[in-house]
Amino acid sequence: MTTRIDRVFAAAKEANRPLLAAYIMGGDPDLATGQAIMNALPQAGADIIELGLPFSDPMADGVAIQMGGQRALAAGQTLRGVLGMVEEFRRKDETTPVVLMGYYNPIYIFGVEKFLATAKEAGVDGLIIVDLPAEEDAELCIPALKAGINFIRLTTPTTDDARLPTVLENTSGFVYYVSMNGTTGAVIKSRAAVGESVQRIKAHTELPVIVGFGIKTADDAAEMGRHADGIAVGTVIVDAVAKSLVDGMATDKTVGAVRDLVADLAAGLKRARA
Amino acid sequence: MDGINSLRNGPDENGRFGLYGGRFVAETLMPLILDLEREYRAAKIDPAYQAQVKDLATHYTGRPSPLYYAERLSQHLGGAKVWFKREELNHTGSHKINNCLGQILLAKRMGKTRIIAETGAGQHGVATATVCAKFDLPCTIFMGATDVERQMPNVLRMKMLGAEVRPVTAGAGTLKDAMNEALRDWVTNVESTYYLIGTAAGPHPYPEMVRDFQSVIGQELKEQFREREGKLPDAVVACVGGGSNAIGTFHAFLDNPEVAIYGAEAGGHGIDIENGHAASMTGGRPGVLHGNRTYLLQDSDGQILEGHSISAGLDYPGVGPEHSYLHDSKRVTYVPITDKEALDAFQLCTKMEGIIPALESAHGLAQVIKLAPTMTTDQSIVLCLSGRGDKDVESVGKYLGLLK
Ligand SMILES: Cc1ncc(COP(=O)(O)O)c(C=O)c1O
Repeated sequence: MTTRIDRVFAAAKEANRPLLAAYIMGGDPDLATGQAIMNALPQAGADIIELGLPFSDPMADGVAIQMGGQRALAAGQTLRGVLGMVEEFRRKDETTPVVLMGYYNPIYIFGVEKFLATAKEAGVDGLIIVDLPAEEDAELCIPALKAGINFIRLTTPTTDDARLPTVLENTSGFVYYVSMNGTTGAVIKSRAAVGESVQRIKAHTELPVIVGFGIKTADDAAEMGRHADGIAVGTVIVDAVAKSLVDGMATDKTVGAVRDLVADLAAGLKRARA
Repeated sequence: MDGINSLRNGPDENGRFGLYGGRFVAETLMPLILDLEREYRAAKIDPAYQAQVKDLATHYTGRPSPLYYAERLSQHLGGAKVWFKREELNHTGSHKINNCLGQILLAKRMGKTRIIAETGAGQHGVATATVCAKFDLPCTIFMGATDVERQMPNVLRMKMLGAEVRPVTAGAGTLKDAMNEALRDWVTNVESTYYLIGTAAGPHPYPEMVRDFQSVIGQELKEQFREREGKLPDAVVACVGGGSNAIGTFHAFLDNPEVAIYGAEAGGHGIDIENGHAASMTGGRPGVLHGNRTYLLQDSDGQILEGHSISAGLDYPGVGPEHSYLHDSKRVTYVPITDKEALDAFQLCTKMEGIIPALESAHGLAQVIKLAPTMTTDQSIVLCLSGRGDKDVESVGKYLGLLK
């Protein structure tokens, strides 16, 4: 059975171009605008949507994404609400993969089985859950695989060769390489090392590898896209939402600001293999 | 040896105490906490390490801490004899130093060159800054902005000891937010930095390790009490924030069912007031935060609540996983103590025994005050007096109207 994720990677490989995974916080700055932003992403050039699940205590996120989560929660967002966004999105888009990214507790409280059934039904393709390392696979990773949802693992500069097989064992869909030790939004220190690390991961797996954390501009996209099957961009998108707000409220510029930024990143990425 | 039915066997190899505990951390940190576990196992059976811990406990901390019979208070309460295990007499003024010394030696063994820690009341921050001064390591202490204000004397102590104190303004600016920020620093500086967690919570192996370092409290107490009274106490009581002084006090007694065990949680304005207390076991339910599954204060969507307590050291929406396990198994009775009850206990202790307790410890004392009159005069309760109240005199003074 091929999945939406398999299909976008296969198509990109065919076209010899890296993918763009665009991260937004689900329901930021408010539920309606958040939905409009999500709906606009494929047209703007996003190949995969990473939809952030807001959480009160995002321990691995920098300030921008922390604030995005707080705006979404203040606007009344819930886990069920984010699943509703996916359902709504799927009414018009059957092909763009949607990967939920967040922390475990809201899912645990919702109930793992109920969550997986609802997510599958809504059209969710994958999960990236920051605080579930391989050691906790029994919690959600294994049940997700059974439910037909990819569990995408983060690998980091601290994941050495000895550990990689453990981390990759139950990973599916793709592998997400975190370009640095740090929270989202920090700065990549060594770009050359990123390319080497991607090669190191590829020696252990057939899965596509995308690189994220610290990619901020079209030039970054062009450079990082050279090293990997795709790139993930989040902080600058959430920042673009923040900058478009007036008194914390969405304006008629909010959706456009995200659309323009994503289009710019996608254009940069096109240069990666030119 | 503890038998198969012992309550002292946890955690298992996955760091679980029954359902609770575990290693819910980002991949960046995983290799490090596996290293830490290996290093801890090696240190535990290394006589040189053990000898160093023992030597520091004796000559730096001042152990054993005395077991004191609080005679006036006992007579006043008119029931059980009340005893204090005087952890407040330790160097730096609380039980926190027991854990810091054990961990700083581990950090040294691991070749780490920088220490970070979170603190609520500032007692753990002071103890960390102290061992960092002694062992010549730079340290950064994360402290909620609200706590920086209400525990100013400890902030000054940390700074004088050479620590950098970073106020955290996120959320309510209390212990939970400080811990988030410490974790963010740790993922960023994982190669150089050791995270010296201050309570028996967080990812495995911290809950086990911190418990082991604090278990000296209960071991000494058991021996001292037997020497004085020729038996075991009828009850032991401790306050529970993350639960390090409590698990340290309780652990030696878990397999003595004749000893009743009570943990005093922060009842704040009252357990019925949403977000008005920090009693995670009486008022919360199991969830996952800060590396472990445990009882948490949270809403129906799994978002963590800030909670409230007059005591900065208890103002935390979670609790160490071993307490969650002991709560479910009913071996330990956890009770909420309100701000008001703690303040009353604080004053009573000060006036009757000439001992100014930390507001945290005053929560434990409030439970003793409720319990003693229900017991007979040949029975005994031992309270872990986890810290001294010097840090609290200003905020209590404000509550009592002694300051404008
Ligand atoms: C004196 C004292 N007692 C108790 C606590 C609570 O911590 P724990 O529950 O880990 O003992 C603190 C924390 O700051 C403290 O300073």
